[in-house]
Amino acid sequence: MFEALSERLERISGRLRNRGRLSDADIDQALREIRSALLEADVEVGVVRQFVAAVRERCSGEVLARSLTPGQQVIKAVHQELIEVLGGQPLRLTYAPRPPTVVLLAGLQGSGKTTAAAKLARWWRQQGRNPLLVGADLQRPAAVEQLRVLGAQAGISVFSEATNPVAVAEAGVAEARRLGRDVCIIDTAGRLSVDQALMDEVRQIAAVTSPHYTFFVVDAMIGQDAVATATAFHAALDLDGVILTKLDGDARGGAALSVKQVVGRPIVFASTGERLNDFDLFHPDRMADRILGMGDVLTLIEQAERTMDEEVVTRSASRLLEGRLTLDDFLEQLQQVRKLGSLGSIMKLMPGMSKEIRQAAEQVDDKKVSRVEAIVRSMTPAERRDPSIIDGSRRVRIACGSGTSPQEVNDLLRQFREMQRMFKGGPARLGALFGGSPAAFPGAVADGGLRGRETAGLRGPKGRKKKGGRVTPPKRR
Amino acid sequence: MIVLWIVLGVLVVVVGVSSVVLVRRRAPVPPPAPPAPARPLPEAAPAPAAPPTEPAATEAAPAPPVHPARIEERLGKTRGVFAALRALRLRPSIDSGVWEELEEVLLRADVGLPTTEELRHRLDSRSVGGGEELLTALEDELRAMLSTQDRSLRFDPESGVTNVWLFLGVNGVGKTTTVAKVAKREMAAGKRVLLAAGDTFRAAAGEQLAQWADRIGAEIVQGAEGGDPSAVVFDAVQRAAARGNDLVLADTAGRLHTRVNLVEELKKIRRVADRPPGRVSEVLLVLDATTGQNALTQARLFTEAVGVTGVVLTKLDGSAKGGVVVAIERQLGLPVKLVGLGEGPDDLVPFDPGAFVAALLG
Repeated sequence: MFEALSERLERISGRLRNRGRLSDADIDQALREIRSALLEADVEVGVVRQFVAAVRERCSGEVLARSLTPGQQVIKAVHQELIEVLGGQPLRLTYAPRPPTVVLLAGLQGSGKTTAAAKLARWWRQQGRNPLLVGADLQRPAAVEQLRVLGAQAGISVFSEATNPVAVAEAGVAEARRLGRDVCIIDTAGRLSVDQALMDEVRQIAAVTSPHYTFFVVDAMIGQDAVATATAFHAALDLDGVILTKLDGDARGGAALSVKQVVGRPIVFASTGERLNDFDLFHPDRMADRILGMGDVLTLIEQAERTMDEEVVTRSASRLLEGRLTLDDFLEQLQQVRKLGSLGSIMKLMPGMSKEIRQAAEQVDDKKVSRVEAIVRSMTPAERRDPSIIDGSRRVRIACGSGTSPQEVNDLLRQFREMQRMFKGGPARLGALFGGSPAAFPGAVADGGLRGRETAGLRGPKGRKKKGGRVTPPKRR
Repeated sequence: MIVLWIVLGVLVVVVGVSSVVLVRRRAPVPPPAPPAPARPLPEAAPAPAAPPTEPAATEAAPAPPVHPARIEERLGKTRGVFAALRALRLRPSIDSGVWEELEEVLLRADVGLPTTEELRHRLDSRSVGGGEELLTALEDELRAMLSTQDRSLRFDPESGVTNVWLFLGVNGVGKTTTVAKVAKREMAAGKRVLLAAGDTFRAAAGEQLAQWADRIGAEIVQGAEGGDPSAVVFDAVQRAAARGNDLVLADTAGRLHTRVNLVEELKKIRRVADRPPGRVSEVLLVLDATTGQNALTQARLFTEAVGVTGVVLTKLDGSAKGGVVVAIERQLGLPVKLVGLGEGPDDLVPFDPGAFVAALLG
């Protein structure tokens, strides 16, 4: 997500960073490159023009002349402008004074409304709300069926009937009220902004349900059309915000920048994977960090706090650091971590992960993780406490029990031993494994450290020091 | 060493997260922990069992027959957006302002910066006078970029061979709908079509294709949700061979081109489908016209993986121009074969470069 854009911006900023003096030509050159990076990232042409003009304004000659590190000044300008364009602070969700809080989802075909509806319902359930899903997409074959299946997966009931979309939406809200649900999420059919009949229909749905929130669901891969479409939906529905889907691909996400800028409504949620869990509030400042390649630990921590059992994690982590980790602890950790989402998506949020590691993590699919789990589960408690007692015949038994081969059991055991050895040296030593920067481990060091080899590292405009004494280490290069 | 990565990954994440949690707990003001109700809330009276919806009812109105004027007519809806271009025509001479406006038009149509710059170079070398001439030259150049001759769909009439056309693409581009539309077309052309519901991942995708099959009167082979898509395609080919169907249209689950495992799955589907009596004669990449420059990466990676033979450009009836296919055709030599213009079973037409370029430039 956003990687290509951040890579290019990083290259540009890398060149500028250590320059003591920037000529007008340097700045022009940098701005031209920023322009082409943004255009390649599908940022809308008009928005690009404004963006470049605003950055130019921010680094007017005088400001730069007074600065000792003009290169950083330019980067800072880009960063500030990115936050601005992405929408400042995240939207604070409020609820209707008289429940249910009605949420209407609309968008083009295939933007991911139905999946987003289920994810949204699940998210609200995690916030302690009690949502009802309403399937008002009677257009696409089996759309309601899809919503029912997803609803069942998330444990949320779904209301729909075979009448017409407006009637279903209205009945759905009434149903939510009758059942005492406090949030009612209405999924609608995909429609083109140029289709007058369907736009009228969605307007009518909004009229009869008077939604508290109307969200425009948009695919992160969308091109220049994002703005025209969002503007048309905004004109018809008076949008409150945007849900950005499919952010897990390599789309450069320019739509995210343009929609907010042109329609003036923030991106509220972002969906980053196919699992129902891969969904969260969108944080513009963190996204700006991410675009500039600074990792996103805050999101990871919040995910962890929501899903992981803190006691279990800290207990096994402390054992890990003392080098007394058993396979039992390992199994426990594995299960905790799996609650967070797929390994690949977690790795993406970790700062300091090199591209190679991220790519490798991408290849780890959940089935393979399940195999590891099966192997450990096939061991007796004694074996898990002390793997050294595992001999040839035990190995064969474990392999049979887990449906794997003795070779695989062996691999796991060997790597587990290596891991134990490594962790005895503490996290700093593990850091060395990843290329020498202990900064890869949040909290493990007092200071975020410098940006890898570059001593004049970018500390960011906010000093990277967050509340509570936590430090967000910048990405290691 | 995949296992190593798992072990490493898990432990690294756990250590990282837990140490942060520890630090955070020591912080003077504990941040309000978000309420995470782990208790399963009792499902209060489930919504009244609604009878299964019949989407067919909402779309029962027979789609008007396709006629040649269709593409222009449908595309015409958005022409107003490019009124700027018409003003360009009236410019008596070309200055840098004209270039900039022209560039903007092309960029807005998702043609992309490299292709736009290439067009500019080419136009630079042709000395053109006024705006009118410039636009004519531009149309020429664009058409030249879309010069693929053969845009027909390959079909081996050999006996004993079951042709398989594979449809693939990222999530939500319209694969299932396209499969249904192509089925309708080919059935009308006298082929005996069998649909393979190879999207076993997305909830109710098989159901969606089955409803389409019903509507257009096609046969379908479905597998269990969550099952192996290759097995579904294999079954379909076997069934087709046994029953004398000569064309299998295989739907697949939407997948991002960056998901290594899912792309591997796709390779397997292709391998299995290619086993005699099956023969994969078309691998069609379905692209959404609203997609921006990412479409180029999609096309490149999918082509590397499974040898895409053509592109179906869907949703061109909206305000999006789909200009990125110019770059796809030019850089990767992948011809656009079909264009989707709506949700009806007949809203699929052969790609016409002339009409496409005209629409691109409004």
